[in-house]
Amino acid sequence: MAAKKASPDLLNSSFSFKSLKLKTKQQELLLRVSILGLVYVLAFIARLFSVLRYESMIHEFDPYFNYRTTLFLTEKGFYEFWNWFDSESWYPLGRIIGGTLYPGLMVTAALIYWTLRFLRFFVHIREVCVLTAPFFASNTTLVAYFFGKEIWDTGAGLVAAALIAICPGYISRSVAGSYDNEAVAIFALLLTFYLFVKAVKTGSLSWALGSAFGYFYMVSAWGGYVFIINLVPLYVLVLLITGRYSMRLYVAYNCMYILGMLLAMQIRFVGFQHVQSGEHMAAMGVFLLMQVFYFLDWVKHQLNDTKLFQTFLRITVTSAILVGGIALGVGTASGYISPWTGRFYSLLDPTYAKDHIPIIASVSEHQPTAWSSFMFDYHILLFLFPAGLYFCFKRLSDATIFIVMYGLTSLYFAGVMVRLILVATPAVCLISAIAVSATVKNLTSLLRTKQKVPQTGSTKGVGSSKSSSKVTLDQSQPFHKNGAIALLVGVFYLLSRYAIHCTWVTSEAYSSPSIVLAARGAHGNRIIFDDYREAYYWLRQNTPTDAKVMSWWDYGYQITAMGNRTVIVDNNTWNNTHIATVGRAMSSYEDEAYDIMRSLDVNYVLVVFGGVTGYSSDDINKFLWMVRIGGGVYPVIKEPDYLVNGEFRVDKGASPKMLNCLMYKLCYYRFGELVTEYGKPTGYDRARGVEIGNKDIKLEHLEEAYTTSNWIVRVYRVKPPTNML
Amino acid sequence: MAARIWIFSVAVALFLSFSSGHDLQIVNAERRIDLSSHIVKAFLTLKVENIGKDPAADMLLAFTPTQIKHLSMVQAMAITGKKKKKTYLPLDVKPTEQPDAPNDTGYFLVSFATPLTPGETVTLEVLYILTHSLEPFPSEIAQSESQLVYYRDSAVILSPYHIKQQTTFFKTPSARVESFTSVDPANRAGKEIKYGPYEDRAPYSYAPVIVHFENNSPFAVVEELVREIEISHWGSLQITENYRLTHGGARHKGVFSRVDYQSRRSISGSSSFNALLAVLPPKVNSVYYRDNIGNISTSHLRTGFKKSELEFEPRYPLFGGWRATFIIGYRVPLEDYLFEAPDGRRYLNFTFGCPLVETIVNKLTIKVVLPEGSKDPSAVLPFTVNQDLQVKYSYLDIVGRTVVVLQKDNVVPTHNVPFQVYYTFKPIYMLAEPFMLVSAFFFVFVASLAYVHIDLNIVKK
Repeated sequence: MAAKKASPDLLNSSFSFKSLKLKTKQQELLLRVSILGLVYVLAFIARLFSVLRYESMIHEFDPYFNYRTTLFLTEKGFYEFWNWFDSESWYPLGRIIGGTLYPGLMVTAALIYWTLRFLRFFVHIREVCVLTAPFFASNTTLVAYFFGKEIWDTGAGLVAAALIAICPGYISRSVAGSYDNEAVAIFALLLTFYLFVKAVKTGSLSWALGSAFGYFYMVSAWGGYVFIINLVPLYVLVLLITGRYSMRLYVAYNCMYILGMLLAMQIRFVGFQHVQSGEHMAAMGVFLLMQVFYFLDWVKHQLNDTKLFQTFLRITVTSAILVGGIALGVGTASGYISPWTGRFYSLLDPTYAKDHIPIIASVSEHQPTAWSSFMFDYHILLFLFPAGLYFCFKRLSDATIFIVMYGLTSLYFAGVMVRLILVATPAVCLISAIAVSATVKNLTSLLRTKQKVPQTGSTKGVGSSKSSSKVTLDQSQPFHKNGAIALLVGVFYLLSRYAIHCTWVTSEAYSSPSIVLAARGAHGNRIIFDDYREAYYWLRQNTPTDAKVMSWWDYGYQITAMGNRTVIVDNNTWNNTHIATVGRAMSSYEDEAYDIMRSLDVNYVLVVFGGVTGYSSDDINKFLWMVRIGGGVYPVIKEPDYLVNGEFRVDKGASPKMLNCLMYKLCYYRFGELVTEYGKPTGYDRARGVEIGNKDIKLEHLEEAYTTSNWIVRVYRVKPPTNML
Repeated sequence: MAARIWIFSVAVALFLSFSSGHDLQIVNAERRIDLSSHIVKAFLTLKVENIGKDPAADMLLAFTPTQIKHLSMVQAMAITGKKKKKTYLPLDVKPTEQPDAPNDTGYFLVSFATPLTPGETVTLEVLYILTHSLEPFPSEIAQSESQLVYYRDSAVILSPYHIKQQTTFFKTPSARVESFTSVDPANRAGKEIKYGPYEDRAPYSYAPVIVHFENNSPFAVVEELVREIEISHWGSLQITENYRLTHGGARHKGVFSRVDYQSRRSISGSSSFNALLAVLPPKVNSVYYRDNIGNISTSHLRTGFKKSELEFEPRYPLFGGWRATFIIGYRVPLEDYLFEAPDGRRYLNFTFGCPLVETIVNKLTIKVVLPEGSKDPSAVLPFTVNQDLQVKYSYLDIVGRTVVVLQKDNVVPTHNVPFQVYYTFKPIYMLAEPFMLVSAFFFVFVASLAYVHIDLNIVKK
């Protein structure tokens, strides 16, 4: 956390290192490198809370799939991985893994693993996967430094590195064990942007090439690359409109777009989408516009006649827009250009998913963001962000325009979806860093020039204090000095509050693996609920290897990765009908559900139930989504059947359909005999705080196969049909 | 049926008496078979007399082919002295083949400390241990049922010698005995079934009996255990044990009900087990208990001066036929286990077998990973095992580490005896890894130095 005093230390460097016989420049370099080194280490260790609190394990849901595929990649090699048809998921359809994933993360982890093994470090692949996210977070701080340096100065770069190192918005998705695409994608995103800004600034082909490769890495890692391929053209468009068109921009964008596109098409999951789908059309349009612009520029140069050129301009622009519009219209109409996907729509219209795609709306991280989570994830950055914008506008350049646009657009998306806070975090950190750095620099230079002028009168300028505030310093007023000190103290107070907040949030909120649940016991001791792994390991060891497990899709990846059993649906929600079938089975009566399960060859059914422990994100609380998704495909399932006066209940007042549907039966089977809380009747559901309505549950076609020690996971065996003979 | 066997055995005995090496007879024999766990322990007390004319140097113990298949260990001791001042002298026992063994009978040869002169008698104590000899019947039980097993043996001792008088006791874990074959005189009192005394039984007499009784002791069977003992000359011994555990009793059938299991523990799931105890060396540290998918948090360690005890639970209770795989790892200080032999070689002195109490290990593999650069490994054990050499690569290894692989089937806790692995090692090899690390850092700094001072620009600035 000490690293956040970056910029003031930088300025005080000539004092603290006087004893060392180093030139100021060397001192500054040494200080900068050591601060960066500290920030690098800090970013890594701040993400290790989860390992210390729990253990070195993979967290949550999607990371388990990534871990499983990485394991496959390291064991079987790249070609096998690329051609992998997975028959263990989406039974009986299966899934073409190689063609439906972003391989960047797995390949990265595998490369790290192979490198370490080559260097004779015989680590386990799990450790590599667990630490990939913190490692890339550390690398992101370096990119943030260079980016900050590019758009403002080294001081802002250092502050940006320090801010992003511990920003909760980023930590939430990059703690050790959170082995998800975003772990490397944010690094790739920021790297691409940095290299592109650098390319625009220098007009150098090599930087543009670098950014194309950064883009390729991003495409290989995460579907969020669509943000890059839309933001960059938008930025170019804004530069064109504001009259900042230059040869540098032309070189940078064309090189980046063409090469980036060709490279991106190598990823099988993207392929021709990159030239055919609606989300990528903006980039192509801007690319063509650039050519028109260049052409016009050339014609203007050739003609040397303003009036003639004006006419020509009008004709060309009109025809260009006309041709583009017709091409787009024809392409869309003929189906050559695919329309926008639902996910993309839901970004532009936050209410879209709720009405049309329940499967997207059912995911909690796709909900619109609450104000509190902004405060939680950004803390003081929320206030520094506008200040930073002010500074950016004060010193407008190609680079600052970029960061402003990145900040504003991504902040909008962050407001639409909770998970996109992550994308906005680098921008918010960079812009806030500009605010901090500029303020501190102005204030310290105010203090120092006043001290120096009367004492030494030396002409030795302080290396980096060439700020605009110098002009105002001449009227030396004591009030200014005190004010500056007060403001500086205020800034440091804020920054230290930020550091405390970040540490607290990381340790309290973002370091739980969500596989292992921890609670405080009555005597303050820590109680661990390891039920998920208990159930998955039971499945792995004590069921036939070809058993098919039906559960709600949330647990699909975990069952295949930890239980090593075939699942019907999983977190790759590619087939809505299949998920709806499972939703329908769960919300039907047992004999109807039995037919569905027989048709899907289901051997075991797994439900998650929090009634004994008070664990609230269980299947009963998710049940309405199953009904909605099931009902979206099969109109026999109607949501009102499960509600009473629009209210979802499980107690005596619940609707009869609810009390007898498969999910209810499986969750509450024999729960009515159990006393969960002292002084409460039997069958008291602690998650919902009610006594259940149906205590006498009889199962006809299923039998209890296993229930974990805290009842969180219950597994049922589907009985074979009774012999009619 | 029994009568036929009688006739057959008598015929065989007559035939054999010609080929038998010595003329011995057993004056008095007492056999106590402990059936209280799934490891069957039989204690034989034999009073042997030489009735021939030549001194006898050894005697034979006979076992049926089924017993030979399940026999884990045979030990014999000679008792000298009277009741109060008994001294036990371990005798050498080794398997042997007899040319004309009837019905594939297997033999073990016990060598006396001093040859038995004609007319002399000696008292022997023999212990043999059988595994997988209790057959669950019924073979599938529901959660609330208790486990019943069959034990098949003979009411009389199988022996190539004439036995004048003998008695056999079976000790069952509880008083619940469903049935037992009656061979007069036979009776049951509480947990004990007594067969005999029988007088003057000819060689190779056999009287099959079946005891059907309740046995709810944990049938913990480790199907495969791989113990890796890695020696680091930097001061510790890292032991990693890979278990594949199963419940070897009657298979679980039908429903597992958590309500019943947690509220009526005494009657529900009585044949299952969920706690295991591992006896680890004293001064053990860095103990972990995990499996393929992560740490298992239900374990408890008690360290002591003589031994440490690790109490742990698998992720779920084990019912008949259920499996659990897990890994236990720990570290012990090197000075207690690694010594220098008088000839300058080093040797590791460690305990063989499985640390879990009352478990059978079907296949035990012990891998002793010697430090890189070790030569001429040799293992010394009190019983025969399969030995092999392998190479393993670990952190910063270039030529790999020599691994001494010891493999033995059918291991019981009685096999937990010390064994030694000797090897030669030059201390200079200890510096190889630090040197590599130091040089790697050195090269990084040299490379960065060079990079700073080299101008790679094509165009001079």
